[in-house]
Amino acid sequence: MIIFLSCIILFLIGLYAIVTKRNLIKIVIGFALIEYAVNLLFALVGFRFGMLAPIITRVDAPHRFVDPIPQALVLTAIVIALGTTALMLTVALRIYDRYKTFDIGEIRKLKG
Amino acid sequence: MTFIPLFFAIPLAAAFIIPILGKIAKSLIWIFVTLVSFSLFVLALYGTAVTQQYPMIVYEMGNWPPPLGIVMAFDSLSAFMVLVISVVVFAGSIFSLRYMSHYTGQWKFYTLYMLITAGMMGVSITGDLFNMFVFLEIAAISSYALVAFGVDAEELEASFKYMVMGEVGGLTFLLSIALLYAKTSTLNLADMANTLQMVGHTPFFWLVVGMLLFAFSIKAAFVPFHSWLPDAHPAAPAPISSLLSGIFIKVLGIYTTARLVFNVFGLSRANDPVFFNVLIGLGVLSIVFAGVTALSQRDYKRLLGYSSVSQVGYIMLGFGIGNYYGVAGAIFYILAHALGKGLLFLTSGSVVNATGTRDLTKLAGLGEKMSTTAWSFRFGGMSLIGLPPLVGFFAKYLIVLGALKSGFWWLAILAIALSVLTLAYLLKIENNVFMKKGRAQASKAPFTMRIAMVFLVVLIILFGIGFQQVIDFLVGPAANALLRGIEYANLVFGSAGTNF
Amino acid sequence: MKGMSLIVRSITTVIIGFIFIYGIYIILHGHLTPGGGFAGGVIVAGALILRILAFGSEPADEKKSENRASMFESIGALLFIGIAVAGLVFAGTFFLNFVPKGTPLNLLSAGIIPYCNIAIGIKVGAGLFSIFLSLAAIKYVIKD
Repeated sequence: MIIFLSCIILFLIGLYAIVTKRNLIKIVIGFALIEYAVNLLFALVGFRFGMLAPIITRVDAPHRFVDPIPQALVLTAIVIALGTTALMLTVALRIYDRYKTFDIGEIRKLKG
Repeated sequence: MTFIPLFFAIPLAAAFIIPILGKIAKSLIWIFVTLVSFSLFVLALYGTAVTQQYPMIVYEMGNWPPPLGIVMAFDSLSAFMVLVISVVVFAGSIFSLRYMSHYTGQWKFYTLYMLITAGMMGVSITGDLFNMFVFLEIAAISSYALVAFGVDAEELEASFKYMVMGEVGGLTFLLSIALLYAKTSTLNLADMANTLQMVGHTPFFWLVVGMLLFAFSIKAAFVPFHSWLPDAHPAAPAPISSLLSGIFIKVLGIYTTARLVFNVFGLSRANDPVFFNVLIGLGVLSIVFAGVTALSQRDYKRLLGYSSVSQVGYIMLGFGIGNYYGVAGAIFYILAHALGKGLLFLTSGSVVNATGTRDLTKLAGLGEKMSTTAWSFRFGGMSLIGLPPLVGFFAKYLIVLGALKSGFWWLAILAIALSVLTLAYLLKIENNVFMKKGRAQASKAPFTMRIAMVFLVVLIILFGIGFQQVIDFLVGPAANALLRGIEYANLVFGSAGTNF
Repeated sequence: MKGMSLIVRSITTVIIGFIFIYGIYIILHGHLTPGGGFAGGVIVAGALILRILAFGSEPADEKKSENRASMFESIGALLFIGIAVAGLVFAGTFFLNFVPKGTPLNLLSAGIIPYCNIAIGIKVGAGLFSIFLSLAAIKYVIKD
């Protein structure tokens, strides 16, 4: 139970970074933390003590595997996270190009 | 029914053919995209016709039966969503030809346009929770890139803001999938509905429901999670604003909420009044707050953005009322608002294309110069306000009827009274842009833009006049598909294994 | 982008081929051992990125390789969709594993999965490389 809770705590730390940090790059790091938290939770959800990694090495061997589905899901989620992180960094760099700052306090052309 | 995977396979394949086509013949891209979106429209019409006969078509990907493999569960609601998506996508693709002609890197635009279409189509027809997340993220990531497409300072800022909010929503959705998987050991929506029924309404269940409601409220931009929308939707190119406001927020925010709440969690007005009151609260808050804020806007598209937040509130109100008329009204409103707001954003694109500004104080005298645009705006606006015999009237009428049937007479009065708010902010555009006399240096909108706008005007009138048919063939079956509750699960397992 | 020191360049010359082949191995053995299209594609992209980092390149060359990378990315995606649609065309179901399965634990087994891995490998390798190149291209924009 504690390991599950620690994932939630990691999630909240990431959320804290996103909400309070004023630097665009630190916000992206906050997202990375959230993604790690969720992926870790997925991997833990499928984990069973004393069981093997879900790889078939011999066809006739008896298999006692951990749940492989969350691992597949984590892989997909990592790919999606890669896409968003790359896009976020690109946009952050472009913003730096336009505003010459990473501080969200100074990036305010939109209002109303 | 072998046509079901084509709904996302065609736009997905088109998205990756476009970069190659762009190297060979640039001028063919637009024709290709328009043909693809037209074929999707025809396919959606066919799908709607088929669902009249079969209430649920289950397509097993790779012949894996439901609890094991990913299935596509295509019922009346999916058919309805797919039809609305394809209409807006088709109008937007026609409109794009001249609007996008002065942007560089057009093939990137059309690639993202097709990806966003594929994502929305996938969300509407999938019967698997994680698959829904993947399609949702495909659509969302494409929309972040499209909002920043102009790479001006404001557009980048809007895109980053949108990305931060949208990803918090997306990752919360992912976290709740993890929690649901931990509890039920399944990702199939139908199987999950059955398992959750055995789990019962524990505090854990309500935690997950709350997290999902939070995630989808961000995606659908309900007040108080709306702050990204009035920045992001105006920043995008006009066909994309039309797509995002018209259908994107409804597929990613409202369709997903409705599908999970009714068909998977099996909540109903009778058993869980508190939850449905929360939905009504979100709806009313959105209508009032965003409507009042819209009154003070000076930017054409930003005003329409706030208007979207406000109108989406009506849809949530309908779902919150939760009886047949309320749900049918909400679904009808999805259609009405997709056509109406899609059209209004296209007129804004036409105005921006002609004058180069969106500032309401600087625009004047376009009513005579751009008569097609002006009349399209008037028809779209009248439909949103709810004047008969346009499509918006019948949608609002059903919601009001639903409120009265459930005894929420104050909600019925509120829904009618708040139409005045819609009238007020739309009149602001009408007065400033089209009615006010002034010297305007503008020429008529290009032919393709007018075609796109007239197409939507015709649909608004047609669906309004033929409202009885719309209710009988589109909205009614879709509402019944939702109100079926967790019977959905039996239907999915009952229809599985056929693959036709 | 400027290149790196002589030491880095010499070592890169020696190992870059091995990294590339290792990536291809991970892709081709994706259905037998841990790894697969995504992991192998990342390694292949790593080899390509290492080459640029170590030896440097001109902006014009980067633009050209970005175009080529995005072309390969589209081809990879189309291959993947093509495999899925081939199931629909030849056997009647989208994504059907219609290729003979072969004996388990052999290189030629598991039906369409190795082919899917190859398509994903091309897509991911080219995609990551073009992400790197576009992030690198922003540097020039900012400097001006």
